[in-house]
Amino acid sequence: MSAPFASIDALAADLAARRVSARDLAERALANARRHAHLNAFIGVDPERALAAAERAGNARGPLAGIPFAHKDIFCTKGQRTTCASHVLENFIAPYDAHVAERLDAAGAVSIGKTNMDEFAMGSSNENSAFGAVKNPWDEARVPGGSSGGSAAAVAAGIVPFATGTDTGGSIRQPAAFCGVTGLKPTYGRVSRYGMIAYASSLDCGGVLARSAADCAHVFAAIAGHDPRDATSAARAVDDVAASLDAPLAGLRIGVAREYFGAGVDDGVAACVREALAELEKLGATLVDVSLPNAHHAIAAYYVIAPAEASSNLARYDGVRYGHRAAQPKSLDDLYSRSRAESFGAEVKRRILVGTYVLSAGYYDAYYLRAQKVRRLIAGDFAQAFGDVDLIAGPTAPTTAFRLGEKSNDAIAMYAADVNTVAVNLAGLPAISTPAGFVGGLPVGLQLVAPAFAEARLLNVSHRLQQVTDWHARRPEGYA
Amino acid sequence: MSRAWEAVIGLEIHAQLSTASKLFSGAPTAYGAEPNTQASAVDVALPGTLPVPNRAAIAKAIRFGLAIDGQIASTSVFARKNYFYPDLPKGYQISQYELPIVGRGTLAVRVDDGRTIAVAIERAHLEEDAGKSVHDAFHAETGIDLNRAGVPLLEIVSAPVMHSAAEAVAYMRTVHTLVRWLGICDGNMQEGSFRCDCNVSVRPAGTTTLGTRTEIKNVNSFRFVEKAIEYEIERQIRAIENGETIVQETRLYDPTRHQTRTMRTKESADDYRYFPDPDLPPLVVTSADIERERASMPELPGARRARYVAALALPEADADQLCADKATADYFEAVLSALPGEAKLAANWVLGELAAALNEAQTPIEAARVDAAALATLLARLREGVISGKIAKEVFAAMWNGEGGADAIIEARGLRQISDTGALAAVIDEVLREFPQQRDACRGGQEKLFPFFVGQVMKRTRGQANPQQLNALLREKIGLETA
Repeated sequence: MSAPFASIDALAADLAARRVSARDLAERALANARRHAHLNAFIGVDPERALAAAERAGNARGPLAGIPFAHKDIFCTKGQRTTCASHVLENFIAPYDAHVAERLDAAGAVSIGKTNMDEFAMGSSNENSAFGAVKNPWDEARVPGGSSGGSAAAVAAGIVPFATGTDTGGSIRQPAAFCGVTGLKPTYGRVSRYGMIAYASSLDCGGVLARSAADCAHVFAAIAGHDPRDATSAARAVDDVAASLDAPLAGLRIGVAREYFGAGVDDGVAACVREALAELEKLGATLVDVSLPNAHHAIAAYYVIAPAEASSNLARYDGVRYGHRAAQPKSLDDLYSRSRAESFGAEVKRRILVGTYVLSAGYYDAYYLRAQKVRRLIAGDFAQAFGDVDLIAGPTAPTTAFRLGEKSNDAIAMYAADVNTVAVNLAGLPAISTPAGFVGGLPVGLQLVAPAFAEARLLNVSHRLQQVTDWHARRPEGYA
Repeated sequence: MSRAWEAVIGLEIHAQLSTASKLFSGAPTAYGAEPNTQASAVDVALPGTLPVPNRAAIAKAIRFGLAIDGQIASTSVFARKNYFYPDLPKGYQISQYELPIVGRGTLAVRVDDGRTIAVAIERAHLEEDAGKSVHDAFHAETGIDLNRAGVPLLEIVSAPVMHSAAEAVAYMRTVHTLVRWLGICDGNMQEGSFRCDCNVSVRPAGTTTLGTRTEIKNVNSFRFVEKAIEYEIERQIRAIENGETIVQETRLYDPTRHQTRTMRTKESADDYRYFPDPDLPPLVVTSADIERERASMPELPGARRARYVAALALPEADADQLCADKATADYFEAVLSALPGEAKLAANWVLGELAAALNEAQTPIEAARVDAAALATLLARLREGVISGKIAKEVFAAMWNGEGGADAIIEARGLRQISDTGALAAVIDEVLREFPQQRDACRGGQEKLFPFFVGQVMKRTRGQANPQQLNALLREKIGLETA
């Protein structure tokens, strides 16, 4: 009974016609998860909870009612373990639901469990998980990308129709590209961060990974909107993304950022992306050469700002109130240092150290403050470019999925792979990674970036592309 | 203080804003609850929780800014002050650092010696309080109570412009009066709602460079502030005169020994790694926000005090006392509105009989058992000559004991003053008949006997004789010249 899923619209039609029940779908997703357990895409699967949710979903209406999915294990879910893939939260059970979890619950979607990720969302390969690496269904010797690697692998493997994710520097888009799925990172503030465990608060953004832009649109519509519990949540009304999904692309101006095709970008990847852009041109879009002159500063700025915020956000994991606590502490300092040393992974420690350093007296101006200035320049680049074009395009990642272990001892090489995604977070803009072909059997992602709150345009363009191409519909061998 | 030295003092006052809920969470702020019963998920810093600013706290900060004629920032920024401590759940305190909500302002302060000094206030910023470590609840272990964690504070930072403990205390009292007057802080020092850090340095008199300062942390009474500063000034002068160097450090005040001692030196001080809190967008205060508060601002204590002296001709000491808190001043005005033109009489009674009764009953004036209207009625009877001052005190005591209003008590106890000349003359005649020798002696020049006759008449009239009338009539009957 395990089998991948059709589109959300098709599933909703089956549910409406009572050809299947929400329980059938939940059971199928649970069976899929069991069958593909070797991917290690999940930190926790909760059949009992899923089936209970499926029963409740019978009463809900709307496109997501009864549709199974999985949450990245960074979203707090009431009464359920939420680990953020860290030993420090190994036994943490949240007493509340994240805003995103509440909204999906209200829409009748059925969570089957929590997906694996890089610890505290710090990583681009999902190798930094306290619960082990995740395998890429397209090549199990390769990484699925990160930090939402479990969500991307689960969707690519057909375990669930969609999964939630978070994106701080590319953590939805890069794994979406590596796993051949569609990943939407909304505008900063469009999706409430309430109950989403913080990595870098000014960059963190909740979003979705799914098989298609149309599926992403349904989930985006459910999770977007103002939430007074998050002071950075945007008050403006959410566009009707479903209504504009099929809009024609005639007259659309797509800026092709030359910096996104710079050194380090694999030729095969670049060729795929250009081919996808050519398809958009055929649909009526005009390609325009644009420049983002400060793009090459983005990695440096990001790896100052994100660790700075992380060093402060993660101070609460001190062993005093909850989370891992060192045994037999000899003093307060001993309690702090051992509780943290024993329970954080190497990458988390590295970023806490970097972040502490760049905020320290005497270094603040040279690092943190300068990085904030760069951030404004980068936002200015986008603003300038959007004066002329409607979207900016490029490869999501410079390469296809790399091998497990290939970069795990080289942090700089790992960071460099985020070159095309982090600037978008620094500018707070929405972006999507949509499938754009294959190189050597591995998926390639096209990244489209839009002005703030123009998610509808991203979904529209991605959807139109997916109507004339089949890259998004292909399945890895053994997962059909 | 040796005349060769000048002390320089600045205060950082922490006033707890009297809001129902915390600065960034919905948890209640009531004092004295069971430990950790007023700590929400935000206060405990559970993962995924986020701070949401409390608009009521912001409104109170704006009121303070208006009261000191301070610059109210249209945009201010919440920053994180990072340090590890068990009573600090997030590992950082949300405060304001580079851009506070209230910028430079000033406050006129009356010092005990009669001078008025203008104290510059550099800034006032919003911040959350930390929790509390409890050292005596568990054997060999420390408990943490997070009820206080997240409670809103306004930190009011003066410029280093005061030069004696007396000036510092006068400033602190003025701020204390002001925050209570504005209704933004209950001022309760025992409960920690109003506390103070004192920055103290000394320099050779006549010089302008600041000396190295020490900071005395968390002093929570006016007397302790005075003692701590006095001690610290003397200590620093003694040290310098002995050829020692003052070390920049944080010191603690020991109230049992009236001394300060080192808590930590600057070398070991924390680097707080302040940076703007990314969970909180810049705090925007619009001119509409400011005007809304301005519209409901009360007349301020300084203005009211000046009005009492200028328009009501009250002595400065009376005006000071009446304006020590708003409830007292309001009570006084309520009495006065029912008794126009009798400011001095009203002030005497509010600061005298009423204050004594409140003090004895340990009751705040808001809960006085004689309200302003009732007191005004009593004072009206006194002015009308229905009762004497002495009887008025008796009637007040009865009113305080709940026996009713002034008129009812005067009637019930038959305290109406005898102003009927005929009746009074009869009593006087009776007394003079009874003591003929004394009468003659008095008439012959021994005027010291006069009060004896007054006493006798008062005794027979049970104090109800109108004193002025009695005086005049008695002199006439004895044969003394009318005074």
